[in-house]
Amino acid sequence: MITLTVNGRTHQSDADPSTPLLYVLRDDLALNGAKFGCGLGQCGACTVMVNGEAIYSCVVPIAVLEGRAITTVEGLGTADNPGALQRAFIDEQAAQCGYCIPGMMMRAHALLQKNPTPSDEQIRAALQPNLCRCGTHMRILRAVRRAAQTLTSATATNPKEGVR
Amino acid sequence: MWRRILFVVLIMTVLGAAGFVAWAWEPALALNPPPDRSSFDRELVQRGAELAAIGNCGVCHTTAGGKPFAGGRPLPTPFGTIHATNITPDPKAGIGQWSEAAFERAMREGVDRAGRHLYPAFPYDHFTRLTDEDVKALYAFMMTRDPVRVTAPANDLAFPLNIRLSVAAWKLLFFHKGRRQLEAGHDATWTRGAYLADAVAHCGACHTPRNALGAQKRGQDFAGGSSEGWHAPALNAQSPAPVPWTADSLFTYLRSGSAPLHGTAAGPMAPVVHNLGGVPEDDVRPIAVFIASVAGPPSPERQRMADELIQRLSNPETVGLAADGQPGAAIFAGACATCHSETRLRGAAGAINLALSTAVNAPDPLNAIRIVLDGIGPAQDRRGPLMPGFSGALTDGQIAQLTGYVRAQFSTQPAWRDLETTIRRIREGKDQS
Repeated sequence: MITLTVNGRTHQSDADPSTPLLYVLRDDLALNGAKFGCGLGQCGACTVMVNGEAIYSCVVPIAVLEGRAITTVEGLGTADNPGALQRAFIDEQAAQCGYCIPGMMMRAHALLQKNPTPSDEQIRAALQPNLCRCGTHMRILRAVRRAAQTLTSATATNPKEGVR
Repeated sequence: MWRRILFVVLIMTVLGAAGFVAWAWEPALALNPPPDRSSFDRELVQRGAELAAIGNCGVCHTTAGGKPFAGGRPLPTPFGTIHATNITPDPKAGIGQWSEAAFERAMREGVDRAGRHLYPAFPYDHFTRLTDEDVKALYAFMMTRDPVRVTAPANDLAFPLNIRLSVAAWKLLFFHKGRRQLEAGHDATWTRGAYLADAVAHCGACHTPRNALGAQKRGQDFAGGSSEGWHAPALNAQSPAPVPWTADSLFTYLRSGSAPLHGTAAGPMAPVVHNLGGVPEDDVRPIAVFIASVAGPPSPERQRMADELIQRLSNPETVGLAADGQPGAAIFAGACATCHSETRLRGAAGAINLALSTAVNAPDPLNAIRIVLDGIGPAQDRRGPLMPGFSGALTDGQIAQLTGYVRAQFSTQPAWRDLETTIRRIREGKDQS
């Protein structure tokens, strides 16, 4: 049994320790935000966060995740109450087919946690591992910029707020 | 009596020091009005471009995101950080006012136009062996680049190395000035390759071990060295490659960045193969022929082991080595095995079986650790194989388990020691030089 902490809740998983996190998230925990794209750590559709770092969940076995904080796109907010990053992606209409968007959001989230005011250059460099085939890159960039602005002004008025 | 001896010793020391300073002193050469671009022969400029690519000038003399050849890139060394200078023809920030004689003195003697000794991070211990026409071509190429007015940051070296005169002492001990001497008994291709590998590409700058004062050890050419925190594998008979390199496989590797039975160039070798992909084949083939000759033909025993390995991996029925139950086995199965098949020659995405990997079979775990941490990928805007890095996913202890498992599973070499310490040091930014 491996104990996984996902979005603050703990789960016992009896899957084989070598099972990639993505399969456990989608098949066992019904957290379908992270997507299966290539399964080889090349496209970024499966990106989630572990202890603040963006990782490819399709090539990370659950054996290495005991006791570490996993955050998926579901941890950023809900459909009724989207988080600041999700709100920004909606406002900028950054999704076309939407398949890459959860991964984009998680990598952007990891960036904003480390660097709340990234330059365009830094956003581009950080999101470079994530592929989008629809070509909404300019909207995604705008969404990340918008989220950064929202979050920094929220932090300025209420320091307890900020990136979840 | 003692006073007299002391006096004589003192006089001799002063005279010796004065003699050294006089010997080490180099005159400033006159400022030269920047030569007109059109004064250079186009073919000479083109040849200079190829030589600069083979010599990797742009790799050190260009900083990340900076203009080509404008310098500023930090080179970590065991002695401190050296910043590559601006070698564009800008008259103020670059070498625009350098005459050809000043350029040649820098290349051949490691002395800049103003007469200052240059640190041997600039490999003039190799460039001193350039032919006159190649120095001319390189000058023509550099002086026809776009001038950039950016001054490189100052070097960060500890005393006494921050004093340029210390370089003169280093030269006295280790620097052998002079053009390359012809070696008898070799054909034209080998001779050309030996020249290009030594005087231009300076392969030995990384692949030959260095002594405590940073000079390449004599008599240990290509016995394996280091570069920017990476292990530069031995190219001689001690090469850790499980399948011995041949002139053909080296040519494929140097030209395309990977070879089917060896894998993909990574770390500081990646820009080298990228550059060699863009120069005439006639320059790369001789280098491959020469480097293959450094190791010489493999012993029958070594060749037999390589043949057996290829045979085993070419037969998908065969089961791999048994090392299950080791702590890294589950990590390997979940993180690596999709691409790096345990039993076949190649897995998904064309990744090699790690039994073929030089990094996995090398005496030093540095490269294997760095590849697990940061992956392998083409530079931005270029294409090439992509392996994701695992620095965010795996802890130091987990990477130690994984690399330990991979070593046991895919190599017959002895286990690496102190993996976790090495991994921690790399993550902390130590072990950079």
